[in-house]
Amino acid sequence: MTVRQKSWALHLGLLAALFGLQFILPTYHHGSLARVMVLACYAMGYNILFGYVGLLSLGHALFFATGMYGMGLVIQHLGWPAGPALLAGLAAGFGMALTVGILALRTSGVAFMIVTLMFAQAGYLAALYFGDYTRGDEGFVIQQADRVLAGFDLSDPTNRYFAALLLFGICLVLTLRLVEARFGQVLVAIRENEERTRMLGYDIHRHKLAAVVASGTMAAFAGAAYGLLFGYAGATFASVQYSIFPLLWVLLGGAGTVIGPFIGTLFMFYLIDLSSGITSAYMLIAGVVLVLLTLFAPQGLAGEVRRRRVKWLP
Amino acid sequence: MELGPYLILGFLEGLVTAAVLSLMAVGLSLVFGVMRVVNVAHGEFFMIGAVLAWQIASMTGGHPALGFLAALVFAPLLAAVLAMAADQLVLKRIAYDPERTIVATIGLLYIIQQTVLMTYGPDARPLEALLMSALSILFVNGQKAAFLFIGPGLGTTSYKLAVIGAAMVLLAAIWALMTRTRFGLLMRATQLDREMAQAFAIPVNRVYALVFGLGAGLAALGGVLIVPIQQAHYLMGHDPLLLSFIVVIIGGLGSLPGTVVAALLIGVSDGIISVFFTPTLAKIIATLGVAFVLIFRPQGLFGKRAL
Amino acid sequence: MKKDSLTQTSATSPQRRKVIKSLAAGTALAAGASSLPLVSHYAQAQSSAPIKIGFQVHRTGIGAAYGRWYDRTTKAAVAKINAEGGINGRPVEIVAEDDGTDAKRGAEVVEKLASQHNCDLAFGTLFSHVVIGSAPRAGELKIPYFVVSEGHHVASGMLNRYTLQPGITDVKSQVQAMAPFVTSTLGKKITMIYPDFAFGHDHRDYFSAAVEAQGGQIVEKIAIPPTETSFTKYFPKIPRDTDVIYHVMVGPAVLTFVKEMGEFFGRSRPEIFGFIDSLEAVDLNSPGLDFLEGTYFWEGNPRYAQADQSDYDKAYRKAVGVDANGASVSDSKDVSTYAHMFGCWETLHIIKAGMEASGYRGPQDRAKLIEAVEAMREMPHSYAHPQGAKLFNGKTHQTFGHQYITQVQSGRLVLAHTTSIEDTFYPDEVDYTKQSF
Repeated sequence: MTVRQKSWALHLGLLAALFGLQFILPTYHHGSLARVMVLACYAMGYNILFGYVGLLSLGHALFFATGMYGMGLVIQHLGWPAGPALLAGLAAGFGMALTVGILALRTSGVAFMIVTLMFAQAGYLAALYFGDYTRGDEGFVIQQADRVLAGFDLSDPTNRYFAALLLFGICLVLTLRLVEARFGQVLVAIRENEERTRMLGYDIHRHKLAAVVASGTMAAFAGAAYGLLFGYAGATFASVQYSIFPLLWVLLGGAGTVIGPFIGTLFMFYLIDLSSGITSAYMLIAGVVLVLLTLFAPQGLAGEVRRRRVKWLP
Repeated sequence: MELGPYLILGFLEGLVTAAVLSLMAVGLSLVFGVMRVVNVAHGEFFMIGAVLAWQIASMTGGHPALGFLAALVFAPLLAAVLAMAADQLVLKRIAYDPERTIVATIGLLYIIQQTVLMTYGPDARPLEALLMSALSILFVNGQKAAFLFIGPGLGTTSYKLAVIGAAMVLLAAIWALMTRTRFGLLMRATQLDREMAQAFAIPVNRVYALVFGLGAGLAALGGVLIVPIQQAHYLMGHDPLLLSFIVVIIGGLGSLPGTVVAALLIGVSDGIISVFFTPTLAKIIATLGVAFVLIFRPQGLFGKRAL
Repeated sequence: MKKDSLTQTSATSPQRRKVIKSLAAGTALAAGASSLPLVSHYAQAQSSAPIKIGFQVHRTGIGAAYGRWYDRTTKAAVAKINAEGGINGRPVEIVAEDDGTDAKRGAEVVEKLASQHNCDLAFGTLFSHVVIGSAPRAGELKIPYFVVSEGHHVASGMLNRYTLQPGITDVKSQVQAMAPFVTSTLGKKITMIYPDFAFGHDHRDYFSAAVEAQGGQIVEKIAIPPTETSFTKYFPKIPRDTDVIYHVMVGPAVLTFVKEMGEFFGRSRPEIFGFIDSLEAVDLNSPGLDFLEGTYFWEGNPRYAQADQSDYDKAYRKAVGVDANGASVSDSKDVSTYAHMFGCWETLHIIKAGMEASGYRGPQDRAKLIEAVEAMREMPHSYAHPQGAKLFNGKTHQTFGHQYITQVQSGRLVLAHTTSIEDTFYPDEVDYTKQSF
């Protein structure tokens, strides 16, 4: 098999495995996996920018929340059906990513971190400020009746799992295509050596902007889907904490790998979930595990696998 | 609403914020500048300082001022020792890789928070300090002209003024440490060029440990100073971390005067902007202001090199 | 469905069945035809399995100070219920899971309690964003969700038939019941200071409406941004002609807020009326709070034991381990969240009453349990309801009850006024009983 075939076999195999898993998983894990898949899309979006371009954003919660509110507010106040609402979330995310990209890309490095962080903080505060529409920190419920997409009731566990898997599949395949395409390779070249890439005649700014837009839109897609699948939109999802999460998931799973964000998200979810079953001091366990991972798996889980064994992992 | 007293109070409050913030930010800036790593757990050392201050003060008998003075000395020392241990046990072993340091210090943040929650509890606990007498602002004709005097009336406390004074003394001491001592020289040499410093037989690893300890100690000192005003609580490190991070970048990486000026700017503007807008809108505007400063001046206000 | 088949196979594995069979056979051999008692014994073992109540608790995050006392109250109530024979003869078991005071984790915790721990119901959430984030999942999983939140989210109709708040009154009730006292006793020109999020906006909207109905006037509304840690700069916005300050604040910075208000006013303060949320879990004798002497507070349940303390409050206080000053009996610095935590105690007793009225046996009777609670109306002042009598509205799933106004006198909160239950009424905004299960 060529490297390309191997990589497609692996990722399509993952999707097939996730498809099969739903028939054997107990109810709780079935629901949790659906959640993890949606959040993994958020992490994959983050990874496009961080893993492939090397730009560390501390404000991706802004995109996630923009998708979520873009979807939720048109349902809540304009009575839109789920399908168009989802697209509204996507469009809002696209617009936000484009705006933030144009402004923030005037900076790089730590200044980029702070600028994205500030935009996200302003977004979070705006969600509170416009509390008459958003109900601020409390948020609002997206009623079951509004969560019917193309005839499928998304509050039903099976439908939800399928929707999450579909979303995850789309994002995974898109990322894989992106990495293989010339565009993705230019992004990696920018990460490795921006000056040299510029001298080779590539338009750095346009590539970076495209990456911010792709990354932000995917995050917004995840946010809109999350709100629709789990029936709630609130300012919590716009807070700093939710900007740190995808960074953590991507670093844990392996930055710059296609499968890494999913592994990182899954790992972190079950790390908290299982350790909270053992002790109420579960954050202590989580903290120790994070420290140990940086010591013994410096490239993240999938990154380590690539470094030690599977060199072709995209 | 009278504008005069509002502005004066806003300015004073801003100065207090700036005082504590600049201590913390200088600590973060040292770590950031010399070691090139982002310490996400920096806010937790601020919190540890505050919590230890409460512990030490409640263990010390006698006059409350005695306990507070003991806390001023021992809480930062303990925080520094803890930080140096973390540096040797973890950061050194991951070779100060910037990305891994982020994950490791997030881990550290979880560990510290949970440990404090289990031992100290979830309450916000107050501490009595010295100089708590009420200070007042007398308004002549109800507005504009104002005087400070001790006594009843509209006002604030003298402790807040003492915090501003203490921060000024401490910052001067740091400045002297950086420019007048051998350790300061070693730090600056390491900051400029790590490899070269190593080639000149500077014990870089020891410098790193000391810098990390010093940074944590400064954060803890800020924590001790703030407890009489804001109480010690196990989640209190979060916002100061963000603010000091912002201050360091706005000031210009590696520029101590820049950091202090940025702290003043951010602390005071927070107070002043809220004169003209509703509080939350003021925060939104201030936040976007920071973003736009960096968009048009990415190296920060006092940064020399492009980042 | 998948889960059911799994548990069934594991619960009655062939080997186990064989063992039971051979046991039964052995007993039958030994005792002739008296194998029947064994069967009934087995059935009784089934029915005396504990009733599992999932407890969604804020152990970490900003709600931790409340969560700890919700936990203690819940444990005390369960100990009492079990000592009195449990529910329908079955012991009650609490399965606690921390939600980190986070909306996302909250929803996950409800899933975990329902699907993994197989709890009969979920209970105990306080913070509104966690309630609203979790309630849709409770509705989908069809698990009764008894919240102790004082938010208006239940009665506003935003949630679903599976979510109820029978043990604590909501903010709309509380706020509007305060207006007559404030305007008639303290003054007509009021400045409100509240946090700039939904909970604060509820205070702003319901209180200003109620004050205007009383002929009063809100002269200024000061919304404090969340995560604010210094407050002095906002106080000059208070107009000079203010008669009364109405304040409510939540979060770890509450003590700073109240203290700085004192520093700002010095000795020439206007009348001050606050919600005890501004000082919940905080010692009233902390440094810098002397200026509160003579000011008033809303309390859901008076923190200090009052002169006319009921036997019910006495017993409740003792069971939870709270002294006459509202602090822990083992640590006088550890002040309880007395104005809110009674809700856990009362809700658990309502669950007991509902389960007994509906003959609840297991998850298949969840709908019956909800119908039984919906049918409840009067809840008299009793050991089960130590805070006071209540009237439950089955249509809106919300309870209504007395509110207490206390005044600071020599560093203690002394009861000044008790509102009637009628003061807390407002027109229904929803009829959950019309929704299907």
